[in-house]
Amino acid sequence: MTTSASHPRTLFEKIWDAHVVHAEEERQTILYIDLHLVHEVTSAQAFEGLRQAGRGVRRPEKTVATADHNVPTSDRSLPIVDAISKQQIDTLRDNCGEFDIQHYDLDDPRQGIVHVIGPELGYTQPGMIIVCGDSHTSTHGAFGALSFGIGTSEVEHVLATQTLLQYKPKTLELRVDGELSAGVTAKDLILYLIGQITTDGGTGYCVEYTGSTIRALTMENRMTVCNMSIEAGARAGMIAPDQTTYDYLRGRPFVPKDLDAAVELWKQLPTDSGANYDKSHTFDASLIAPQVTWGTNPGLVVPVNGVVPTPSDYEDPTEQKTAAGALEYMGLTGGEPISDLKLDRVFIGSCTNARIEDLRAAATVAKGRKVSDHVDAMVVPGSGLVKQQAEEEGLDRIFKEAGFDWREAGCSMCLAMNPDKLSPGERCASTSNRNFEGRQGKGGRTHLVSPATAVAAAIAGHFVDVREWE
Amino acid sequence: MKAFTAHTGRVAAMDRANVDTDQIIPKQFLKRIERTGFGEFLFWDWAKLEDGSPHPEFELHHPHAEGASVLLARRNFGCGSSREHAPWALEDYGFRILIAPSFADIFYNNCFKNGMLPIQLSEDHVDELFLRSTKHGPYEITADLENHTVSDAHGFSTKFEVEPFRRHCLMNGLDDIGLTLEHAHKIEAFENARSE
Repeated sequence: MTTSASHPRTLFEKIWDAHVVHAEEERQTILYIDLHLVHEVTSAQAFEGLRQAGRGVRRPEKTVATADHNVPTSDRSLPIVDAISKQQIDTLRDNCGEFDIQHYDLDDPRQGIVHVIGPELGYTQPGMIIVCGDSHTSTHGAFGALSFGIGTSEVEHVLATQTLLQYKPKTLELRVDGELSAGVTAKDLILYLIGQITTDGGTGYCVEYTGSTIRALTMENRMTVCNMSIEAGARAGMIAPDQTTYDYLRGRPFVPKDLDAAVELWKQLPTDSGANYDKSHTFDASLIAPQVTWGTNPGLVVPVNGVVPTPSDYEDPTEQKTAAGALEYMGLTGGEPISDLKLDRVFIGSCTNARIEDLRAAATVAKGRKVSDHVDAMVVPGSGLVKQQAEEEGLDRIFKEAGFDWREAGCSMCLAMNPDKLSPGERCASTSNRNFEGRQGKGGRTHLVSPATAVAAAIAGHFVDVREWE
Repeated sequence: MKAFTAHTGRVAAMDRANVDTDQIIPKQFLKRIERTGFGEFLFWDWAKLEDGSPHPEFELHHPHAEGASVLLARRNFGCGSSREHAPWALEDYGFRILIAPSFADIFYNNCFKNGMLPIQLSEDHVDELFLRSTKHGPYEITADLENHTVSDAHGFSTKFEVEPFRRHCLMNGLDDIGLTLEHAHKIEAFENARSE
């Protein structure tokens, strides 16, 4: 799979080189796509385009679909109330039937958020190029795969040709060394990194996360980190595969039959010593506290034991204006301690933090406690399989006894395309990945946090530092 | 796809940075299964008051912005979600050209698929254009893709960069899929080599 080259190469370069179908000076490279994940929101127009041009899907067997953005997280046996949502979900089902594509539908226990089911079913593998019409496709980079989001026109291109046109991005190494303190999670780590390099710090780059802190992360933690690469402007973020990766994959339904042989090939992927990145930054994990976003982009973030900034904390006039606008939208003055912020809603879910380890971490904090009277809190597992496992472990009982709503799998309140949304002015602690204006509902005020911080906030009714909280 | 060589048009100035695609086209409008008709939903939450009537202070509602086909904004325009519905909405509304100090990657790429030209200029040049848009309002600029220039009728002129192949496809209205399929034999060769 990887050809030997005369110079040391990064993980990114090895994968890129191995997927070139055609390269020409001054043109975009044609890259082969190993896995094309599809969901209902960005595919309808692509399939229609195929039909209009009289084209078929070149590799249906490399295409996997599920409905996740629109799906209600309440009782699945009931018909979908929103007619337009229903139409979009039905359209995906019809298209998959017509073009012979594997589709994990609502009645399939393996249905879920596309970036949760791909890895858990073993579709996502090291060394692959994986694309999907969704920017959080960067999640799959956790396996040492080059994975990124594409627009609907590109979805159509991949369906028709199993390739994608790309200019080669630059490489950015984000190296994190040291130990995360107790109570500080992968979600806090990536929020901290985005705060440091800002929401366009990664634009034009493919990120590789390296360092001892990254090596120590579990696969689900790595997925949380890679998931939010796009929020720093990087369309892809990767972590080189290692034994943790191979152990995770063993036994999953769609991994190669001869896994040992595949592992031997995958072991050639990690970045060679002496290989160069276009840019590198280094960070000390021990400096990271639990994080809370305060503003209207993920880069506007502070430690949970910190205070909300004021515009005068910024030098650049555009940044001052952004800060002022964010404070106004979020109903904040600037200068108030994060721990003063009272919450109306709490959402545990999304492709960032809805896997079994996230739910276990949340349940650990929730056990034996009660959600505050003025908070409405919900837990949405990332897939039917995660839900099943959580119920086998009794996590659902812990959540329900504490007063959380326990739901079916889907994107849910991450982006409010389904019935789960914030009302105007509601303040929400969310384990999702975007806090843009109106993201979770028009006028909704989103604060991005880790599962543990979210649960603690649900119980206390305001933000607390889980490291010190009893 | 519509070809683009040069365009002169009125400028709508949006003095905001990090304009994300959730603002450009909010999620409730992503449920549509057709490619067209998104223009009326452009910047929905900024464009409307509580009661659904047009927000009088929204930049695109300024009298000088009427009929605008050029959007001027600050850095990191189009960040966030990959939704191609964002360029569809801008294009359907009437924009042909976007000018900013920087664009998010996926959004930038999506623009070219829809016959729209995103132009990256320096922060200084963008500052200058914002000044001129208030001084000479209503304000028009000309973008010439053939000659790589952005200019106005009041003495402003600067060059911009765009990858040669993107420029070629945009100027000739070329269809990506058709171009790739000219190399179909190479795709087949790649697949065959893989299965050995």
